[in-house]
Amino acid sequence: MSQPVAVPDPTKIALESRAKSLLNRPRRRLAATRFSEIGIYVALICCGLFSLLITVSIIGVLLTETTRFFQFDEVTLSNFLGSAEWTPNLGEPKSFGIWGLISGTLLVTGIAMAFALPLGLVTAIYLSEYAPRQIRNFLKPILEVLAGIPTVVYGFFALMTITPFLQWVHEGFNVYNAMSAGLAVGILCFPTVCSLAEDALQSVPKTLRDGALGLGGTRFDATVKVILPAALSGIISAFLLAVARAIGETMIVALAAGSRPQATLDPRNEIQTMTGFMVQMAGGDVSNFGTEYFSMYAVAFTLFLITLALTMMGNVVRGRFRETYE
Amino acid sequence: MSQSGTDKTEEKTANALASHRRDKLRGSESRMNTDRWFRRICVMVAAVSVIILLFLLGSIIQQGVPSLSTTLLTGTPEPDPSQAGAWPAIAGTIWVCSICALVTLPVGIGTALLIEEFKPRSRWGSRIFSLIQLNISNLAGVPSVVYGILGLTAFVSMFSLFGVDKNGIQGFEVGAKYFDQFTNLASDPFLSMGMEGVEERYFLAPVADRADPPTIPKQGMTIFEYQNDQLNPVKISVVGPEDLPPTDPVELSLAIDANALPGRISEKAWYYFRLPFGRGVLSGALTLMLVILPVIIISSQEALRSVPSSLRDGARGLGATPWQVIWNITLPAAAPGIMTGSILAMSRAIGETAPILIIAGIVYIRNAPHHLMDSYTVLPLQIYNWTSRPQEEFHSIAAAGIVVLLGILLSFNAIAVILRHRMQNKIN
Repeated sequence: MSQPVAVPDPTKIALESRAKSLLNRPRRRLAATRFSEIGIYVALICCGLFSLLITVSIIGVLLTETTRFFQFDEVTLSNFLGSAEWTPNLGEPKSFGIWGLISGTLLVTGIAMAFALPLGLVTAIYLSEYAPRQIRNFLKPILEVLAGIPTVVYGFFALMTITPFLQWVHEGFNVYNAMSAGLAVGILCFPTVCSLAEDALQSVPKTLRDGALGLGGTRFDATVKVILPAALSGIISAFLLAVARAIGETMIVALAAGSRPQATLDPRNEIQTMTGFMVQMAGGDVSNFGTEYFSMYAVAFTLFLITLALTMMGNVVRGRFRETYE
Repeated sequence: MSQSGTDKTEEKTANALASHRRDKLRGSESRMNTDRWFRRICVMVAAVSVIILLFLLGSIIQQGVPSLSTTLLTGTPEPDPSQAGAWPAIAGTIWVCSICALVTLPVGIGTALLIEEFKPRSRWGSRIFSLIQLNISNLAGVPSVVYGILGLTAFVSMFSLFGVDKNGIQGFEVGAKYFDQFTNLASDPFLSMGMEGVEERYFLAPVADRADPPTIPKQGMTIFEYQNDQLNPVKISVVGPEDLPPTDPVELSLAIDANALPGRISEKAWYYFRLPFGRGVLSGALTLMLVILPVIIISSQEALRSVPSSLRDGARGLGATPWQVIWNITLPAAAPGIMTGSILAMSRAIGETAPILIIAGIVYIRNAPHHLMDSYTVLPLQIYNWTSRPQEEFHSIAAAGIVVLLGILLSFNAIAVILRHRMQNKIN
């Protein structure tokens, strides 16, 4: 047996030289590696603590400035919590009744949710249970595009398209009205509700669905009697998160809802929401040290507490739900 | 007899069974009908979302496309609607969003890495980690306008730590030069009346410190004038209250009043920096960072979670340190997912208006920003500004601005979709 000795394999040579170069490469000392590992770990921990710092500073800033607001002579806590008259910019005596703004926020949120919740839930059921694949592939990007449109665009749409339409339908609508802002906020929340609720429906185990269908149920039976109850906590959490989003929505109400705070249930009227008031304060020429300037912080604190409570409730409900099936 | 009796009972039971089955079938018929109707309702409702999108885009395009022009992209926001453009706003958006991306991406991805890749072993560590996780999901639900308020206090005025006095002199700064600006006597129409060749000129006297009192004009002082974008020293004559103004037009144009009160102006270098940040680009970028940080963290976490743990175990088995595993294995595998999430987060930052409105206010900006502390406006804010004006013409310009904004955002989304598609192919 003659072994071919003369021709060396080029790939082998390349591998050998590579191995040699790896072995000859000056290796970093273990201590240096360990040192850099610890350095990176510390840097990452700083990143993580930064997010905690954000929360702490939000609460800190809002609390200190709100206390400063309540130290003014013209402001009393009973007036703030017990009155629905919000007139910080109109002469004397000023009244700071937060309910004047909260009622506006609730009106807009109510209209938005009356639009977004049923439509979002039904679309989610359709996407999750009924829709054939092609329609899913067509609808989902559309919902993503709707979710990605900036809120100022929805504000423009509300003011320029929805309001004239409402005025055409019924003449009583003001130029700035709660209905048009509420509908636009509803359109904005619709994709949120839809995708969160669809996630909840999708995470119901397939066995439950198959069991219901196998017992002779129609898709509707399976959905209403089995899947919806199983996904209920996820859907409730989707609703809560959507409500939080609607309450915090700013640009639509700043453009379309007007700037007259009043406690009313009539959607044709001009109202002002908490966020709308903040925008009015920031955009106007208000001195940085007056009562009305600090009232912005009190309003922001109220808004923060409400949305935080809703978000936490939503997360807790969803957390419970996850434990059941994963 | 008994035989026929059993037959009858059998017949009865058979009849009963049949009628029962009919009832059941009828029941299933009605259930099938419900199902059919529900499906129809579903299709109609799902069509609503398509209709809304078409209607929204249609109405904006119909209003905006006629006003789309190059003036819109390159012009400044003039008070005359036909001349108005959005260049300062577009430049401001580019500045703010690129700085925001530079600051947010490392912090956001770092936090995601910390939570996903460095699971703590001690009880206290895991408590802190779950606190961070809970905190991030709560931060994602905070309205962006609240972040605007935080940015206003924390970045614009820095908790008033540096103090404020009535001149607005506060804090510390680098890279600014101050001048006192004098106008020549010729700017007084009474003195230059009827004289040919006298024009208004401005002279700049350098000031050592921002807080110095106004310069008093003196004969032979060092004073400069802008000529061809350069500061050139000039010789001026100071005319006292008793003196007669020079009659020669050249001399008159170089003369200033001894009692003239100068205006303090400043020239800022590109590296100009000051504390507190003021209503500048940096404040805006940092505030947007607060808004999109939770978004980036959550999407990066999802991308990291989707990397199979066998890859990590293999690298660890070869003796890689935790960071070597992350840098060489996990991050490259998760990169497309992280990039998709980051692009979507950046498109949110581009469209975000409320926090910028809170910290920058509605201001009239004619120039693109030149340094980190320069005042600025962004495209959505400019759109808001135009929309809230009463004149119809501005509304169609706002619609044209929206078309530009949506164009930018849709191209971002398209990039994200393509990236996601590639990633799915790769994993498959």
